Amino acid sequence: MTSAAQGAPGAPDSGTTALPGARVLLESGDIHRALTRIAHELLEANKGPHDLILLGIPTRGVPLAQRLARRIADADGAEVPTGSLDVTMYRDDLRRHPTRTLLPTELPPGGLDDRIVVLVDDVLYSGRTIRAALDAVSDLGRPRAVRLAVLVDRGHRELPIRADHVGKNLPTSSAERVSVLLAETDGRDAVLLSSPATGGAA
Amino acid sequence: MSRHLLSAADLDHAAAVHVLDVAEEMAATQRREIKKLPTLRGRTVVNLFFEDSTRTRTSFEAAAKRLSADVINFSAKGSSVSKGESLKDTALTLQAMGADAVVIRHPASGAPHRLARAGWTRGSVVNAGDGTHEHPTQALLDAFTIRRHLRADGAPTGSGTAAGPGSATGRDLDGLRVTIVGDVLHSRVARSNVLLLHTLGAHVTLVAPPTLLPVGIGGWPCEVSHDLDGALRDGAPDAVMMLRVQRERMSTAGGGFFPSAREYSRRYGLSAARLRLLPEHTIVMHPGPMNRGLEISADAADSPRSTIVEQVGNGVAVRMAVLYLLLAGDLGGRA
Amino acid sequence: MSTTTPAPGGTGPAVLVRGARILGGEAADLLLSGGRIADVGPDLSGAPAARGAEVVDATGLVALPGLVDLHTHLREPGREDAETVESGTRAAARGGFTAVHAMANTDPVADTAGVVEQVRRLGEEAGWVDVHPVGAVTVGLAGQQLAELGAMADSAARVRVFSDDGKCVWDAVLMRRALEYVRAFDGVIAQHAQEPRLTEDAQMNEGEVSALLGLRGWPSVAEEAIIARDVLLASHVGSRLHVCHVSTKGSVEIIRWAKERGFPVTAEVTPHHLLLTDELVRDYDPVFKVNPPLRTQADVEALREGLADGTIDVVATDHAPHPAEDKDCEWAAAAMGMTGLETALSVVQHTMVETGLLDWAGVAQRMSTAPARIGRLEAQGRPLAAGEPANLVLLDPAARWTVDPAAMATAGRNSPFRGRELPGAVVATFLRGRATVRDGALVEPAGTAR
Repeated sequence: MTSAAQGAPGAPDSGTTALPGARVLLESGDIHRALTRIAHELLEANKGPHDLILLGIPTRGVPLAQRLARRIADADGAEVPTGSLDVTMYRDDLRRHPTRTLLPTELPPGGLDDRIVVLVDDVLYSGRTIRAALDAVSDLGRPRAVRLAVLVDRGHRELPIRADHVGKNLPTSSAERVSVLLAETDGRDAVLLSSPATGGAA
Repeated sequence: MSRHLLSAADLDHAAAVHVLDVAEEMAATQRREIKKLPTLRGRTVVNLFFEDSTRTRTSFEAAAKRLSADVINFSAKGSSVSKGESLKDTALTLQAMGADAVVIRHPASGAPHRLARAGWTRGSVVNAGDGTHEHPTQALLDAFTIRRHLRADGAPTGSGTAAGPGSATGRDLDGLRVTIVGDVLHSRVARSNVLLLHTLGAHVTLVAPPTLLPVGIGGWPCEVSHDLDGALRDGAPDAVMMLRVQRERMSTAGGGFFPSAREYSRRYGLSAARLRLLPEHTIVMHPGPMNRGLEISADAADSPRSTIVEQVGNGVAVRMAVLYLLLAGDLGGRA
Repeated sequence: MSTTTPAPGGTGPAVLVRGARILGGEAADLLLSGGRIADVGPDLSGAPAARGAEVVDATGLVALPGLVDLHTHLREPGREDAETVESGTRAAARGGFTAVHAMANTDPVADTAGVVEQVRRLGEEAGWVDVHPVGAVTVGLAGQQLAELGAMADSAARVRVFSDDGKCVWDAVLMRRALEYVRAFDGVIAQHAQEPRLTEDAQMNEGEVSALLGLRGWPSVAEEAIIARDVLLASHVGSRLHVCHVSTKGSVEIIRWAKERGFPVTAEVTPHHLLLTDELVRDYDPVFKVNPPLRTQADVEALREGLADGTIDVVATDHAPHPAEDKDCEWAAAAMGMTGLETALSVVQHTMVETGLLDWAGVAQRMSTAPARIGRLEAQGRPLAAGEPANLVLLDPAARWTVDPAAMATAGRNSPFRGRELPGAVVATFLRGRATVRDGALVEPAGTAR
């Protein structure tokens, strides 16, 4: 069991490292604007910050959820609770990959019951991560509603799942790889696109 | 994690810490209202028990079921095995049932190794106690218990930084002093604990009468003493683990390992007086089942320092972690 | 290869062995005729007696007297699922042996003239090597009452070696009486030295490995205590004692001490104890379970040294075949024992010759001459000289082979050397002039349908 500790914690939907030869799709400013817009959309759709909970899906969904909370605070002055939701144990592809590291699930005090839970992730791709997240949420409580906010929707859905709030729709080929970089986890903000020819194995 | 967990020595430092970390996450899920996770849906775990051990079997069973695995309990004691069916044939039968993991308890030391290495099963093999050899998941739950008490933030002997408030995640047992007392010779718990606690950086001292220590113990990564009072007073242990002593080990016509229960208790039992020798933060552990009045007094077993009941609960989380790490990866068992 | 095959009994056509290094020394020709070595010389190709002889090119091969095993388990009667006299003696011939001592722990036990004569006859019928039955010391190996040692000695089997091997004659009085009694017919007691109380349910050598593996220890002292007692008993009553399968450094030291005092003691070591250690047990593979157990490297070194300096007289195989199911199980449930007839010479070459501890003459002494003398076999273990019985083995010391138990002649698959590369291959074995092995393969006797 020696190498499991170094196992990739991220979902297969999101890249974890910047690859050489990658093309920049979103710059730091683009990401900032997208999150600000999503924050406003959330407030508008919910008619205010009441009962909202932002649950980030590790790894990069967690800082995104925290950023969204700050944008909401900037816009409305309201404190929206955030948390993290690790979906690893709910995935349907565990047997197809090396053992995954488990990451913490941390819920805000008061739990999920009768709240509006917003799942936050970096990239929406096959939809399987969100399917797992919905199962995880239902084991943790009974929210009044669950919504989905993602920074990037790259298409190629395998399940009937769509996002309520999307930072940027990026049509891609499934052979390409979308990598989200965030200052909190990667030292800088960017969304990169790499193709197999330039980026090596995905 | 490799394909099997046969010995505590299978785990290096990083792997041992990783198992404990995963166990923390598993324990967190067990505080929820809905404890069941879908993780191992469709996988089959066989509990193959050639010895009675209700507590270990139920612990593994709970762990497997909380992860949604299908569980088959095969209690081989008093069944076809005693009529001469070999371990091999039993294993082949279970293989035909499609076992993804075999949790085996066997009176013969090394039986899990044979099961894993002789090609009788394609599944992962988890050693749930073999003869007088090892019991690695017991050592993991003991390490987990020690880490929670003595390595979470705010623990008295902590050094370095913890991952978060009240969390021991990522930590090892570096510098902690653990004293293990009793029948080391026949104890699979002692063997696994010496190996695992050493791997995690703890200093282990074994205390026992010389008759209950194996010849050849010199190679173990621990210290050995025959003087319990000295070990408790001068050793200032952070954790004291009392091992079960079976009454049948005492003197018989053929030469027992100690003269009488009374003498054993007097020299090696954790009495109320010995309890008072311990530093305030020291925890008292016992793998169970206890012989109250022999190796452990009621004062010790029931004291606030005692983690004995907590150990049982931690056992489920640790075994969930082990099953998860063995089974949730790909079938080849790499990574 | 010749198409004519000599009949058993030593009356086949003459064989001219050309250019064999006798005991590893100078190359010479050997002319085998009428079951005897007719002549030895630098070049016998022109000798009149060599005319028409089958020629065996032995260039580069070493010639040794046919090997004699003091300690073989042929399992028949009773455990024909493990080995038969036929399969076991085929294995012996393949290993370069021309005589074996068949241990008494059969079922029924070889404790009467009837059983030893049966084993003797089965050996003669098989015809691969001379089979000399060992008689049990006590009735049923039970350690209670002397077996009819005299009857076995006087039988057609002419038993001279008596042993309860597998069990120790632990009762000191019984051991004393046995030693005394066999003096009447120049017999020897071959003791399996194992103090029973110290080894109850013992599983492996007691030491660091057993401590870690949680296997019940088998202390050296359990062997050494019996050997110490027995060498003193042998000295006291003036009878021959032979110590089976010495396995510890301490045993070597006790025997050395006894020999320095002129005690009538001989001893044997097995090939596996010359090479393997208890480290191999770490994976709990029962192929390494044996009695006495594999010991430590220090013991291995002491055994090699003892064999080299003559403290240990003999290499004996303790060939102990078992059916697969007796090894294909957990360690504690597995039978003890290893096959060894077909690997013995190679292991001795590897451990003793290639380390410089013994030359080939020393090997001949310890694997042929000494065991034949201890067993009182008059026609075995003789020098390779004119007029002597034509019992010899030709081996290729430059050969290298990988041990494959499935390719062996023994019915047992429990070779602890499986998968190892070993040096030295038996090319030919001659029993009274008849080739039992040629080009490394068994030669079926003419006129028999097998």
